[in-house]
Amino acid sequence: MPTTEILKQHNLSAEEYGRIVSVLGREPNLTELGIFSVMWSEHCSYKSSRAHLKRLPTRGPQVIQGPGENAGVVDLGNGLAVAFKIESHNHPSFIEPYQGAATGVGGIIRDIFTMGARPIALMNSLHFGIPFAGDRGPKPETRDGKPDARLSSNQMILEGVVAGIAGYGNCIGIPTVGGQVVFHSCYDSNPLVNVFCLGTATKDGIFYGRATGPDNPVIYVGARTGRDGIHGATMASAEFGEDSKEKRPTVQVGDPFLEKLLLEACLEAMQSGAVLGIQDMGAAGLTCSTCEMGSRAGTGIEIDLALVPQREPGMSPYDIMLSESQERMLLVAEKGREHAVLDIFRKWDLEAVVIGKVTSDGMLTVRDQGAIVAHIPNHSLTEEAPVYTRPTREPEHIRAARPLAESEIPQPLDYNSLVLDFISQPNLCSRRWIFRQYDHMVRTNTCLLPGHDAAVIRVKEAETLALAMSLDGNPHYCHLNPRQGALLAVAEGCRNLACVGATPVAATNCLNFASPENPEVMWQFVETIEGMKQGCEYFGTPITGGNVSFYNETAGRGVYPSPVVGMVGTLDRRQMVSAGLKDPGDILILLGETRAELGASEYSRFVLGQDRGPAPAIDLAAEKALHDLLRVLAAQRLLKSAHDCSDGGLLLTLLEKTLLSQDLGCHVTLQTELRPDVFLFSESQSRAVISCEKNSLELALSLCRRMDVPGRPIGEVVPHALRLSAAGKLLIDMKIAAVRAAWCSALEDAFRA
Amino acid sequence: MKIGVVIFPGSNCDHDTYYVAKEVFGQECVFLWHRDRTLPEVDLVILPGGFSYGDYLRCGAIAKFSAIMDRIRQFAAGGGLVLGICNGFQILQEAGLLPGVMLRNRGLKFICDFVHIRVERNDLPATLGCRQRQVLRLPIAHNEGSFYADPELLARIESNRQVLFRYCDGQGNVSDEANPNGSLHNIAGVANEAGNVFALMPHPERASEMALGSDDGKYLFQSLAQWAENRISASAQ
Repeated sequence: MPTTEILKQHNLSAEEYGRIVSVLGREPNLTELGIFSVMWSEHCSYKSSRAHLKRLPTRGPQVIQGPGENAGVVDLGNGLAVAFKIESHNHPSFIEPYQGAATGVGGIIRDIFTMGARPIALMNSLHFGIPFAGDRGPKPETRDGKPDARLSSNQMILEGVVAGIAGYGNCIGIPTVGGQVVFHSCYDSNPLVNVFCLGTATKDGIFYGRATGPDNPVIYVGARTGRDGIHGATMASAEFGEDSKEKRPTVQVGDPFLEKLLLEACLEAMQSGAVLGIQDMGAAGLTCSTCEMGSRAGTGIEIDLALVPQREPGMSPYDIMLSESQERMLLVAEKGREHAVLDIFRKWDLEAVVIGKVTSDGMLTVRDQGAIVAHIPNHSLTEEAPVYTRPTREPEHIRAARPLAESEIPQPLDYNSLVLDFISQPNLCSRRWIFRQYDHMVRTNTCLLPGHDAAVIRVKEAETLALAMSLDGNPHYCHLNPRQGALLAVAEGCRNLACVGATPVAATNCLNFASPENPEVMWQFVETIEGMKQGCEYFGTPITGGNVSFYNETAGRGVYPSPVVGMVGTLDRRQMVSAGLKDPGDILILLGETRAELGASEYSRFVLGQDRGPAPAIDLAAEKALHDLLRVLAAQRLLKSAHDCSDGGLLLTLLEKTLLSQDLGCHVTLQTELRPDVFLFSESQSRAVISCEKNSLELALSLCRRMDVPGRPIGEVVPHALRLSAAGKLLIDMKIAAVRAAWCSALEDAFRA
Repeated sequence: MKIGVVIFPGSNCDHDTYYVAKEVFGQECVFLWHRDRTLPEVDLVILPGGFSYGDYLRCGAIAKFSAIMDRIRQFAAGGGLVLGICNGFQILQEAGLLPGVMLRNRGLKFICDFVHIRVERNDLPATLGCRQRQVLRLPIAHNEGSFYADPELLARIESNRQVLFRYCDGQGNVSDEANPNGSLHNIAGVANEAGNVFALMPHPERASEMALGSDDGKYLFQSLAQWAENRISASAQ
């Protein structure tokens, strides 16, 4: 029995060790212990989440491949398919922001081309601590009244993460077309970096991570194995203490050029017909790829580590099996045709070697110069990993929550200055400084530039098809009501797609939480699954894959429950709708019902400096009716623009519609029983603002009535100015140029200083 | 016309360029592999954007040693048309076929955005379909696009009228505010002295269809096709 110190280093409990002994029928050696520790880590085994994830809908007639493979695959019709997934790289991005984020991008890209799909779009959902203090908004808490060093730390993390994403994605030539950035102090020292990738494939050209056919050769391709990233998966399966920077050696270094070669060579090799199965070496490297490929196919795999290309001499079997060196793939080729495969890799200047073969015994057999150094049933590492149903407890802050009363929010005195302050808030200001660093146009498919409700890319292989995709999640809602927050994230994803004219087909999720060993966190997780299940079932968008990231916790402070939903849909690209206003004289119509719902809103946080609930309510039927209406309006070419109401409420929707236009503004008159500020900042769901030509107004309104969506004209598009009145009083009267300057410069200025 | 698009292992605009030339403008198009030691009969060679060999060293510093570059040097010396886009521009500079070097953008960040450029000469193959001083709206996407030449060389480039495009605002005013990356004299594109080798940092292939927000790139591709046609009809006479 190894010492408790060794077990602790491997993040294994005594009970788990007992299980290993009973699986093997003997004590494991150190290499085997290392293999079990990474495969049974939270990151690889989903041991805390597995039982709950089963509740999510994952099937549908459109689903070709659900969870369990490298990425989900969905049928697009006409022989085309789309593979997509989101994954987290949170822990490494805190330890080493640039490389952590870069290798996150590299990993998700490999997951997509492993399926036989050519990656054509990237997105990311980033959560950071607050990088600058808004003029009036909540200041990040200070310790001991001293000036806060966290602003600069958060800035450094953000700058590194964005540069890392850009450095990798730009070089490999896959456009980063959209995403979201959320700021809150709970992400100080706990940044979340979730990366999404989507690729297209032919339906009969999809590949799987399966080691089929005994005696077939197992081929290692790509970068040499080094000592980097050893125990990365284990690192990502524990909370951080004060010593987290010492874990820097567990982060890998990315080489996007090498991955570009790997991408082209793998796709070419797949075309050759000689490849039977393929998997990337991501978390847990050679260990994970071998045992998972064997386990999925019900076969065994035998490899000899002496054949593995190595970066330095003297690496032990333990090092080689646990290394997370990037840009490596494992292939199974048809026996006798391996040379066709090896030749293709040689053409791309890549190292490719046969390191073993598929066997029929279901065992992972690892040899070193012929001598067996590990001998473990594949299934025991994957399917038979421990599953925990951890205890749950409703958090105190939810049980004791006192709903926000309208009277707690004073009415604003000067709306004009309020607009400038509000639009400069970290969560509302323009993300241009970020997305300008990403190549979002390479591959010449990007139909909508970043900053819209959803990203839209065309599919060149199909005449009129385009794909819409969005990443959504509101941790403020989830903190106050995780079930509702998750449900609203699904609804918003579908709404964002509807705004550009698309119909959602399937989704992926990234579930970012603190330690599952904390019953309150586990309760939030289970509630989140429940809300997501309800939303995905209602909107018919199965979850085809994703990722759970626990232990987002440093020095005892954890993140808010932060589920992110990646929604993917299709549209006829001739019917695509963008968000910005188009022409003076067009009429603005507010769709949906506005209620007094300031709880959890961006505005309530702006005024009060704290999160107070409840999260907004939702009527799913009304939400769905809105989406259907938006698509009908788009199909009938009645929409000149559409943009949903979400963070920041109606006012932000109106501002963004002007800011996304060519210097157009609007005159808006509100008729409401509500306080004007409540009406403007409420985050009531199931709403959008559209614009249409004056002479199609009646037709649009009659469609609203027919489809049972409240729709009322609220104003008109005009040049240059924003004017808004309520109850006969002019509240806002300003030039768009001034709003634009404040909106554009907020983030940029923070980084110029 | 017949166009050859070079594929370096890290090129990532190779397929975009090929697609636009072939599908949008209906030109005959072939790929050229970086290790090729022969060049097929083509009217125009395009060095596309991307990261040729990863560009961890100076952009294009390795590409200039590739086998295909020897053939392209010969092709250019014989008067063949060579167009560099973005990374292709950097490679042509490294290869000594175009003057100047590219420094990192003055903001030290990668920039992907639409910019305006002004046509400085419309008597060269790449711009003969443009109006003099025409303003084009094209996207840039680069980290090292700040054109630099020492004062002497810069003066020579200007006096030889080798500047093909300059960054400008929407009205065609060349100003510092309209200069995205700190290029000297707002230079966005240059030609060699003979006028048959030319390059620009913006991506015309990304702006050749209205579905992508601008089709101003067509002026370049159509100019080149026009030039090739003129040459064919001239030689037939």
